[in-house]
Amino acid sequence: MSLAFIDNASLSFGNKVVLRRCSLEIKEGAITCLIGLSGAGKSTVLRLLNGLRMPDVGRVTVMGVDLMTLSKRDLIDFRQRIGFAFQFSALFDSMTVGDNVALPLREHTRLSKTDIDRIVNRTLDSVGLLQAREQMPAELSGGMLKRAGFARAVVNNPRLVLYDEPTTGLDPIITHVLTDTIKRLRQQLDGTAVVVSHDLDSIYAMGDYIAMLFEGAIIEYGTVEEVRRSVNPIVQQFLQGSEVGPIPI
Amino acid sequence: MKVLEEVGRGTTGFLEYTGGIASLSADAATFIGRMRIRFSETIAQAYFLGVQSTTIVLLTSLFTGMVISLESANQANSFGVSNLVGGAVAYVSSRELGPMLTAVVVAGRAGAAIAAELGSMVVTEQVEALEALGLSPTQILVVPRLIAMMTMLPILTIFADIIAIVGGMYLAKVVAGIPYGEFVQSVREYSAFDDYMKGLLKAVVFGFIIVIVGCYQGFRTRNGAAGVGKSTTGAVVISIILIFISNFIMSFALFGTRPAD
Ligand SMILES: Nc1ncnc2c1ncn2[C@@H]1O[C@H](COP(=O)(O)OP(=O)(O)OP(=O)(O)O)[C@@H](O)[C@H]1O
Ligand SMILES: [Mg+2]
Repeated sequence: MSLAFIDNASLSFGNKVVLRRCSLEIKEGAITCLIGLSGAGKSTVLRLLNGLRMPDVGRVTVMGVDLMTLSKRDLIDFRQRIGFAFQFSALFDSMTVGDNVALPLREHTRLSKTDIDRIVNRTLDSVGLLQAREQMPAELSGGMLKRAGFARAVVNNPRLVLYDEPTTGLDPIITHVLTDTIKRLRQQLDGTAVVVSHDLDSIYAMGDYIAMLFEGAIIEYGTVEEVRRSVNPIVQQFLQGSEVGPIPI
Repeated sequence: MKVLEEVGRGTTGFLEYTGGIASLSADAATFIGRMRIRFSETIAQAYFLGVQSTTIVLLTSLFTGMVISLESANQANSFGVSNLVGGAVAYVSSRELGPMLTAVVVAGRAGAAIAAELGSMVVTEQVEALEALGLSPTQILVVPRLIAMMTMLPILTIFADIIAIVGGMYLAKVVAGIPYGEFVQSVREYSAFDDYMKGLLKAVVFGFIIVIVGCYQGFRTRNGAAGVGKSTTGAVVISIILIFISNFIMSFALFGTRPAD
């Protein structure tokens, strides 16, 4: 079963073409990892999936809804079903960590204050941040910020969670913890995740499928095993991290 | 050709900007119309944007009131019409200088602060984060500031009117020996309650301009910290220009048709 499709999407910023006829399928109940060079457009693909970007041509369908047909207001409502963990966390720096995580519940549900507190505590606990609840984002380390961003993304049980480079720039232990966290959160929510990552170890540890983005299109897609055995020289060069090969440096 | 191209680009840019401002205003108006207002945030903004601008507004109006009085008191004395000085100060303050100066000073302080805050939220992806959480940046960020400013700017203008008159009264006595009683009598005689109200109406419009321009500039910030600086400067410059232009239009509409007394 697939939860989302990107269908022949093309997108340019000014005269810079980022995506050209890019197609991708997101399988329900699985973790799909999106890999590609820096600047390839991975963050842009994630933004297509929750309608933060619209393709110039092509279609994006999520949970059976064609995002292009939604009005601005319906699109905003629709996004409640999709969690997004930003590359640089994007916590609201005027609020405590707890308030950041509570915000979606306060705005979108009629839960009582005690229920919200309970859910926020449970969610923060599941990413190991319960003790940071009253702290401001500026007081947290990079790894803590990422985890607070995860908590905010998953707190209202979205069916689809999008993670943008959840482990980039973090130490190996935290990377391991975050990888486990993503895997565990997906199981708990019984949902679907798309993870943009450069970190091959963590992709192999948590991923079910891999899609590789290159020059604006998905050039390889399959289960982790399939992609690792790919005969495409571009994919192999990327996975080996080799200087020699078809990828221009 | 080059010139035409430049003009074309300028026109497109202008139309795009105007369209952006209009659609932001319409979006904000819809939320206000449906009473989707966050009250505690509105109070916080009223404090930050309004209450905290009090000192600077009081200082500028005090000195402006005093300078008008200084200029007119000496003139009036030499023509033997010192009974007009209070009226002159009150007339100019209530209709023009009170609302205008307050708005310009607040645009410099609060308009810049709004653009800078929203601009840095854009570059740190916090505005996208709101959208990603299914929240409208207009509802969360623009509406509270708009209501706060459209309420607080008229209040600040009342303070500005009062302090300008009081400052003028003090100065008229010091430099021209005009007694307080005569000054007050003159204020009463030559300024109309109506003028004060129309001045406050102007303040409401100026408050709207300051916030919408500040927010729009903030939202269209690109290119990191340097971009934030640019949007902030732009917010101040554009809102001050719009304040002057709209002030002229409103003066014309509100006062222009009245036969000269
Ligand atoms: N809002 C924007 N305006 C202009 N250009 C943009 C914008 N967003 C992205 N781009 C451009 O699109 C390209 C793809 O950006 P994107 O952020 O999707 O890449 P990425 O694969 O996530 O890179 P990284 O691994 O470095 O995060 C980049 O060249 C970037 O300069
Ligand atoms: Mg990216």
